[in-house]
Amino acid sequence: MDLYEYQGKELLRQFGIETLEGTVAESPEEAKKAAEQFGGTVAVKAQVLTGGRGKAGGIKVVQEPADAEEAARQILGMDIKGHEVRQVLVEAGAAIASEMYLSITVDRAEKKPLILFSTEGGVDIEEVAENKPEALVKIYVDPLLGLLPYEVRELTFGAGLEGDVAKGVGKTLQNLYTAFTESDASLVEINPLVATEDGRVLALDAKVTVDNSSLFRHQNIAELHDVEAADPEEQRALEAGLQYVKLDGDVGILGNGAGLVMSTLDVVANAGGEPANFCDVGGGADAEKISEALDIVTSNKQVKSVLFNIFGGITRGDEVARGLLSALERSEITLPIVVRLDGTNAEEGRQILSENTPENVYTEETMLEAAERAVELAHNGRG
Amino acid sequence: MAILVDNETRLVVQGITGREGKFHTGRMLESGTNVVAGVTPGKGGQEYEGIPIFNTMEEAVKETGANASVIFVPAALCADAIFEALDFDISTVCCITEGVPVHDMMKVTNHMRIKDATLIGPNCPGVLSPGKANVSIMPDSIFTPGNVGVVSRSGTLTYQIVNELTQRGLGQTTAVGIGGDPIIGTDFIEILKQFEEDPETECAVMLGEIGGNAEQNAAEYVQSEMTKPVVAYIAGFTAPEGKTMGHAGAIVSGGESTAEAKSEALRRAGIRAATNPSEVAELVAEALNESS
Repeated sequence: MDLYEYQGKELLRQFGIETLEGTVAESPEEAKKAAEQFGGTVAVKAQVLTGGRGKAGGIKVVQEPADAEEAARQILGMDIKGHEVRQVLVEAGAAIASEMYLSITVDRAEKKPLILFSTEGGVDIEEVAENKPEALVKIYVDPLLGLLPYEVRELTFGAGLEGDVAKGVGKTLQNLYTAFTESDASLVEINPLVATEDGRVLALDAKVTVDNSSLFRHQNIAELHDVEAADPEEQRALEAGLQYVKLDGDVGILGNGAGLVMSTLDVVANAGGEPANFCDVGGGADAEKISEALDIVTSNKQVKSVLFNIFGGITRGDEVARGLLSALERSEITLPIVVRLDGTNAEEGRQILSENTPENVYTEETMLEAAERAVELAHNGRG
Repeated sequence: MAILVDNETRLVVQGITGREGKFHTGRMLESGTNVVAGVTPGKGGQEYEGIPIFNTMEEAVKETGANASVIFVPAALCADAIFEALDFDISTVCCITEGVPVHDMMKVTNHMRIKDATLIGPNCPGVLSPGKANVSIMPDSIFTPGNVGVVSRSGTLTYQIVNELTQRGLGQTTAVGIGGDPIIGTDFIEILKQFEEDPETECAVMLGEIGGNAEQNAAEYVQSEMTKPVVAYIAGFTAPEGKTMGHAGAIVSGGESTAEAKSEALRRAGIRAATNPSEVAELVAEALNESS
């Protein structure tokens, strides 16, 4: 789960990390009021759950409160990579002496938290890693021991920091590590982390991602989930306990098991089609779940045909077929549905389907044949 | 021979009295697995299907000589269950549960470094050696004994491919589902290494997906260390960046994590990489023909 910048900063402040003063505004008037409160230079920043807002014009620095109002007017409602801006963060200015980069992520190969630090801040860290690797300090932390004081020194000395800045960065790192572990984060990134002219070290931005699997023990963070920002179909699937990801094509796809569904998407693409979504209905042949999944997939108006790919494992093919039929009885879907049923008792399942299916349901034996059929039907449906 | 689980396996089911635990214990018994004990704190002294239940792993191991465990306890309690199994010298621990927090798994996997044990999972279908032992939630009926080793990050995709192998008469030594999470106990390399050392395995199948770079590391290993042929398939070519595709670990985050990058690395390493799942069985048949 990704947090908005202002939420991430609030979290970091709870762990003793300094940020600038800021207020969230949902209208130009609110932005102006906030700017008046701070006085002087302020930054007006789009709050969206995606990167690249700076390049998209979603961050404006202004000198006067009235300009903040105008900046907010321009930014609010903006579309940044498909995300509508509904809030801006109005933040007080600061006299910045230098910009740095600090992050902690989960390194999958090492199975440890990885700290990345660079004195080159405010830029794309992957570019730094590629073009100036010597400017990047990397530290793997043993999660059983936690961050050790010597590792903090390794970072500050390794980066050539001195005086107040070294102290400030060291303290920020310790606090950030605590925030990372205590919040079950999979990413905490401060870019830029700045040193001010009066020697303070502040987080000017904050990107925090919390592990979804840990939300059961972080009720306060789980509550931050922005239902309005979520895609309506994805939100509905989430509530139904289905794994669903919306895509751009016109072949709706459902199946059981993440790997099989991902692979179905690929096979459809190979057959010249464009998948409209990823939808994993999980194990079992629960008619209610199948019908909910079919409803969600077909509520996307772009969908022209549906491919239902099931491998009968513990749940036998005949049970799946009955579940599907009962799901179809409840729904009013008229789009063509291609069913591919394989695995345990697949033949019996296909038999049941062929004897009882409505006209819009087609059965195929293999994934390739089913994909080709679904793609063909989607093309026909385009008219 | 087989890897990880076989006729010597003496299995304890952690979380045997839960819904999933009960259901799959029944299935594992039907496959002929030697299930010797169950553990559910507070239910010690009871029995399930004639299997004694203990309060702790310490008792279970002492009383029954269990050497492998399979875990069905809720995600929040999994790390504790794994630590408990490791502390009483269980050599193969299989954690089926999905949704174990990543930070818990970092602690577990780093603790594993000082333990002589293998952890499979979490968020995995388990391990099955056809005709010998079923420590999994996989459908036993689609397997048949043979000489192909299968290692996979996914459940149903494994069933799909095992089914096609079986239909072609290509039996399996062992199928290992290593799990779809970002942090898992055992990666492809360790399993491929065991297949390489297993005299009965003649060909290995590796089923990968988007996210991380475990497939690239495995490709390097195959190229430099393996003599047996490897057939691979990667799922997720059409996955958009930044979206979790069902498995917590299946997410494209640039660079090495894409299906293209992985397939490219596999092909560079001389591995037969299928472009769709149905091609896998064909490539295995081809590989076995060439090497015989």
